[in-house]
Amino acid sequence: MIRYIVRRLVQMIPLLLGISILVFLLVHLSPGDPVRMLLGEEATEEDVERLNAIYGFDLPLHIQYFRWLSNALRGNLGVSIRQGISVTTLLSERLGATLELAVVSVLIAVALGIPLGIIAAVRRGSLVDYFSMILALVGVSTPGFWLGLMLLTHVALKVDFLPMFGRDGSIFGGLWILITQLRVDVLLEGLRHVLLPAVSIGTGMMAIITRLTRSSMLEVLGKDYIRTAKAKGLNNQVVVLKHALRNALLPVITIIGIQFGAMLGGAVVTETVFAWPGVGRLIVNAIRQRDFPIIQGGVLMMAVVFALVNLAVDISYALVNPRIRYD
Amino acid sequence: MKQFLRNKSAVTGSIIVGILIITAIFADAIAPKDPYQMDIWESFRPPEGLRGEYILGTDDMGRDVLSRIIVGSRISLLVAIVATGVSLVFGVTLGAIAGYVGGITDAIIMRIMDLILAFPSILLAIAIVASLGPGVVNAMLAIAIVRIPAMVRVTRSMVLSLREEDFVAAAQALGLSHARILFRHILVNCYAPILVVATLNMGTAITVEATLSFLGLGAQPPIISWGRMLALGREAIRTAPHITLFPGLAIVFTTLGFNLLGDGLRDISDPQLRGR
Repeated sequence: MIRYIVRRLVQMIPLLLGISILVFLLVHLSPGDPVRMLLGEEATEEDVERLNAIYGFDLPLHIQYFRWLSNALRGNLGVSIRQGISVTTLLSERLGATLELAVVSVLIAVALGIPLGIIAAVRRGSLVDYFSMILALVGVSTPGFWLGLMLLTHVALKVDFLPMFGRDGSIFGGLWILITQLRVDVLLEGLRHVLLPAVSIGTGMMAIITRLTRSSMLEVLGKDYIRTAKAKGLNNQVVVLKHALRNALLPVITIIGIQFGAMLGGAVVTETVFAWPGVGRLIVNAIRQRDFPIIQGGVLMMAVVFALVNLAVDISYALVNPRIRYD
Repeated sequence: MKQFLRNKSAVTGSIIVGILIITAIFADAIAPKDPYQMDIWESFRPPEGLRGEYILGTDDMGRDVLSRIIVGSRISLLVAIVATGVSLVFGVTLGAIAGYVGGITDAIIMRIMDLILAFPSILLAIAIVASLGPGVVNAMLAIAIVRIPAMVRVTRSMVLSLREEDFVAAAQALGLSHARILFRHILVNCYAPILVVATLNMGTAITVEATLSFLGLGAQPPIISWGRMLALGREAIRTAPHITLFPGLAIVFTTLGFNLLGDGLRDISDPQLRGR
C-alpha cells in the first residue's frame, strides 16, 4: 500500500509541473500588453518600461517561468495589481469558503442521490423510479448558476430564514463550537448561508449519483450471489443494503471524486451569483479587472486542490479495492 | 432506424434538437417582434401569455423576451456545432493516432490530455477565454479544447481494441498504408461511441457557452445569447424574475434534448445498457 501511495505521489510531480506551465502560458501568451492595459492610453514609454521591469516582463519567457515557479513553490504567488495585497493571502482567505461550499454540495448530492438511486433500482419501473430518472435527466441538463438564480428569486426572496448573499462564519468552525461549547447558533448561521449555493452546485452531481447508483445497483442485484443470499432466506433489506449496496457503491465513489472537480468549477460561477467570498469569485473579479497575478494564482490553486482531491480518491479507492494496488 | 424510433430517449431528444435547429434557422420569421427594438416605456412588462402582446414579457430595455430567446438560439446552436466539430476533428485524429501508433506518441498525447483534465473544465474554459479575450470565437475554441480529452479517450480505446481484429491484419497484409487502414478501415467501425460522445458534448457546449456569456466572457453585445440575457436579467431578479426564468428554461430544454439524444444513441449502440 505504501508503495502504491509513493508511486502515485511521484506521478503527481510531472502533472503539477505541467499544470504550472499551462497556467503560466495561459496568462503570458494572452494577446495585448498587460502593463499597457493597466496603465492606460496616456502612459509614457518610460512608465511602461519601469513597470515591465518591476514585474520582470522584460526577461525571457523561460526565466520568467522559473522565477514564478520558484516563488510559487515558496508560497509566493505575487502581488495583486489592483489591490496591492499578496495573492497568497487573498487566496488563503478564500480557499476555506470555496472548499466548504464544495464539500457541503457533495454531501447534499450524496445524501440525496444514493438513497434515491437505491430506491429507484429496488422498485424498478415504479413511480419513484420514473421520478428519479426524470430528476436525473433534468438535473444534469440544468446549469448550476441558473438554478442558483432561480433559488434566489423564488426561495431566498420569499423565505426570510435563507439569506440572498454572502457567507457568515465557517460551518466547520460552527461544528467545533457545537462540540466544544454545545452552542448551535454559529453552525446554524453558517448553514443558513451555505444551503442555497450548495444546492445549486450539488443538484447536477446529485443527478449523476442517482443515475449511477441506480444502474450500478441494477447490475449487482442481477448477480448470482444476490440470488443466493435471497435463497438463504435473508431479509430483503439486508440483501439490498449489505450485499448489493457495498458492491454497487465502488463506481459511485469514483464518480464522486471525479465530480469534485466539477464542483470546484461550478463554484466559480455560483460564487458570483451568491456573492460567496471564495476563490471563484476572486478569479472572476480578477478577470474583469485584468489582475493577472490573481488569475494565475487562483487557477493554479484550484488545479492543485483538484489534483490533491483526485490523489486522495485514488488512494482511498485502493484501500477499498486491493486489486488496484497490484496493478 | 427501427431501433431508433423505438427508443423513447432518442425520439424525444431528436424532436427537441429538431425544434432548436428549426428555431435557429427561421428565427427572424418566427420571432414575433424585433429582438433589438428598445422601448423604455414598455420595460419590465411581465409575461402576458399567448394572447398578450409580449408573450414572455419584456426586459429592462423593453425588448421582447420571447423574440430574444428565439434569436439567441442561433448562438447556442452555432457554438454547439462549431465547438463540438473542432473537438471532434482534433479529438478523433489524436485519439486514433494514440491508439494505432502506441508507444511514445500515445504516451505524449495522453499526458497532454491528462493535463487538460487536471483542471475543472469550466475553470479552464474561463481561463482560456480570459487569456484570449472575450468573444464567441474564443469561447468556442475554449469549449472545444476542454472537450477534446473525452473524444480522444473514446476514440483511442475503440482503436486499441479494433487494431487487433483480423480485418486489420488482412489490410496490413494487402500492403495498405497505415493512414489508410486507420482512417478508412478502423475509424469507420467506431463511429457509434464517437457519435454518442459528440452528441453529449453538444449539450455541454450549450451550458458552458451560457456560463461564459453569463460571466461576460462569451458573446458580446449586440449579439443575443441566452447566457447574456441571464446576466442582464440578474440585475432585476427582484422586480422582473421572468427575464432570468425563460432564457434559463431554454438552456435546460436544449441541453436536455442533446442529453436525451446522446443517451438514446448509446442505448441503441450498446443494448446491454438499455434502461439503465
